[in-house]
Amino acid sequence: MSDNSLRLVWIYPDLLSTYGDQGNALVVERRAHQRRLNVTRVDVRSDQPVPTSGDIYLIGGGEDRPQRLAAERLRRDGGLSRAVSNGAIVFSVCAGYQILGHEFVNDLGEREAGLGLLDVVSTRGEGERCVGDVLADIDPQLNLPQLTGFENHQGITHLGPTARPFARVRLGGGNGTGDGTEGAYNGTVFGTYMHGPVMARNPQIADLLLKLALDVNALPPTDDRWYEALRAERVAAATQPA
Amino acid sequence: MSGNTDPLTPRAKLAVTAGKAAAAVSRAAGRGSGSVIGGKVALRLDPDLLGRLAQHLDVILVSATNGKTTTTRLIAEALRAAGPVVSNALGANMPAGITSALAGGSDAKYGVIEVDEKYLAGVARDTTPKAIALLNLSRDQLDRAAETRMLAEKWREGLAGTKAVVIANADDPLIVWAASSSPNVVWVAAGQEWKDDAWSCPACGGVMQRPGDDWYCGECGFRRPPPSWALHGDHVLDPHGSAWPIHLQLPGRANKANAATSAAVAATFGVPPQVALERMYQVQAVAGRYDVVSFLGRDLRLLLAKNPAGWLETFSLIDPPPTPVILAVNARGADGTDTSWLWDVDYTRLRGHPIFVLGDRKLDLAVRLEVAGLDFRVCETPDEAVQMAPPGRIEAIANYTSFQDLRRRVGN
Repeated sequence: MSDNSLRLVWIYPDLLSTYGDQGNALVVERRAHQRRLNVTRVDVRSDQPVPTSGDIYLIGGGEDRPQRLAAERLRRDGGLSRAVSNGAIVFSVCAGYQILGHEFVNDLGEREAGLGLLDVVSTRGEGERCVGDVLADIDPQLNLPQLTGFENHQGITHLGPTARPFARVRLGGGNGTGDGTEGAYNGTVFGTYMHGPVMARNPQIADLLLKLALDVNALPPTDDRWYEALRAERVAAATQPA
Repeated sequence: MSGNTDPLTPRAKLAVTAGKAAAAVSRAAGRGSGSVIGGKVALRLDPDLLGRLAQHLDVILVSATNGKTTTTRLIAEALRAAGPVVSNALGANMPAGITSALAGGSDAKYGVIEVDEKYLAGVARDTTPKAIALLNLSRDQLDRAAETRMLAEKWREGLAGTKAVVIANADDPLIVWAASSSPNVVWVAAGQEWKDDAWSCPACGGVMQRPGDDWYCGECGFRRPPPSWALHGDHVLDPHGSAWPIHLQLPGRANKANAATSAAVAATFGVPPQVALERMYQVQAVAGRYDVVSFLGRDLRLLLAKNPAGWLETFSLIDPPPTPVILAVNARGADGTDTSWLWDVDYTRLRGHPIFVLGDRKLDLAVRLEVAGLDFRVCETPDEAVQMAPPGRIEAIANYTSFQDLRRRVGN
């Protein structure tokens, strides 16, 4: 890899791209281009091998059967796990987040093994789906502004000792465990239930991934007025429901 | 003996009368057409009313994610060549609205009925249709709709062994999966621009291969059936290989596809393609869609696009740059409250158009367009957008409730 050239890998758009998940890839690409970074985006379909040389991997949300198929194929492929052991950055959403954990409940109601890249275990909730705007405070260690997102899931994700909560919810369901946690992370592997897509509402997360990939502490500023306007509107909408 | 000449029981007649009365009250109160409330009242009095009303008719059901209202209109228009038609032409497509529409057409020969996707299996069971037209299935209202493939699965179960002729789009794998449990299918190559809900095989989960217009599953052999009808440019090809020109007032490839399917449906009832297609020319705006209105001295064409597949088809029918484009998006209950679908739409196809952004969720759209690298203006009102737009007819593309808002403002 040459300096300033990033490989962005979007995993399984054929299975895990139900909730506008391409948006996260588009935002990372856009914000890299605005910093004059070269980015190569690689979309990997589930019948193709996952490259192990990527810098940033994105994996999105999907329906129950595609989630099972994705887990089967990612386990068999092994590329994502090898990439993580090489230090790659992974950002996962919803169904993708569950797949990164030890196990989740699949469309057949059975426990399905995940990749074990995050110390989390997911089950399916008995109550109503969590649907709606979410407001949360991201772990202060990550130095990111408030998290705004849209959740739409029935999963409950329990964190083990080596997973840190990505955020603490003020409004919304998050991990659904009742302890106020939302998402999880460990080192450079992240998981969240937030759609939106989450980077469109929280472009600083895209910047965090870029900084981790480039191993820098800061990036040149960008004109974020539309993101800021959207964030302000969604935060207001979450705190003052109609 | 009234049994054979008049199959409506006294209870059913009472239900129809009560339903009409409720609809009249609703209309008088200024609450819309009253068709849904009327149907609800009637169905409460006689739960089997829909089936009883349908007994008199040759019923044709139309369902899809996109194009069902328009196609219902096209089929109704074509079948009028063969006899009187009753139809839920205003898009009230759940059982109450359908019941109400059928109750209003006691002398009709054909009932052409648009059905909401979620109700298709039930309505097909209640009305024993002669024909069912299935156009396409794709993601829509993700915060509350069933999974798209699950919907196809429900259709497949509900239509298994149906006596109806199923007229189905061979180019949409989910439609083919849903229809192929039916013993009698007429396949129409109607096309489908949107492909992102059918990359995994509905039968086995394998990865779909899609060379050119063909598609097949590399693992289980599920594949595109050979069509007997096809849309070919501006023509419909019938099973004999004859090409019939399509002349529509409605714009776009998707409506040509709807016309091709409608011609195949009409042929099932003995209406030749030439006659059917000529009659379809009569259809202009459908519930305000495609209407060109004059507003503040400008011409606006009103285009409804409710989901990614709909936006994609709409982008392909608008006038080329530098035609100004208004985009309006809401996320109220009827739209689905999740706006993430905006990121499934390829807005770079609007490059070169002056773009004006409106609606409750204009800021979601603004971020989407910013990330796409497009220039745009965010506006508070349609008036502001129209006043800022450079000369020329304006294409206004809006999702469901923002379309209603726009129609109300521009006086359509």
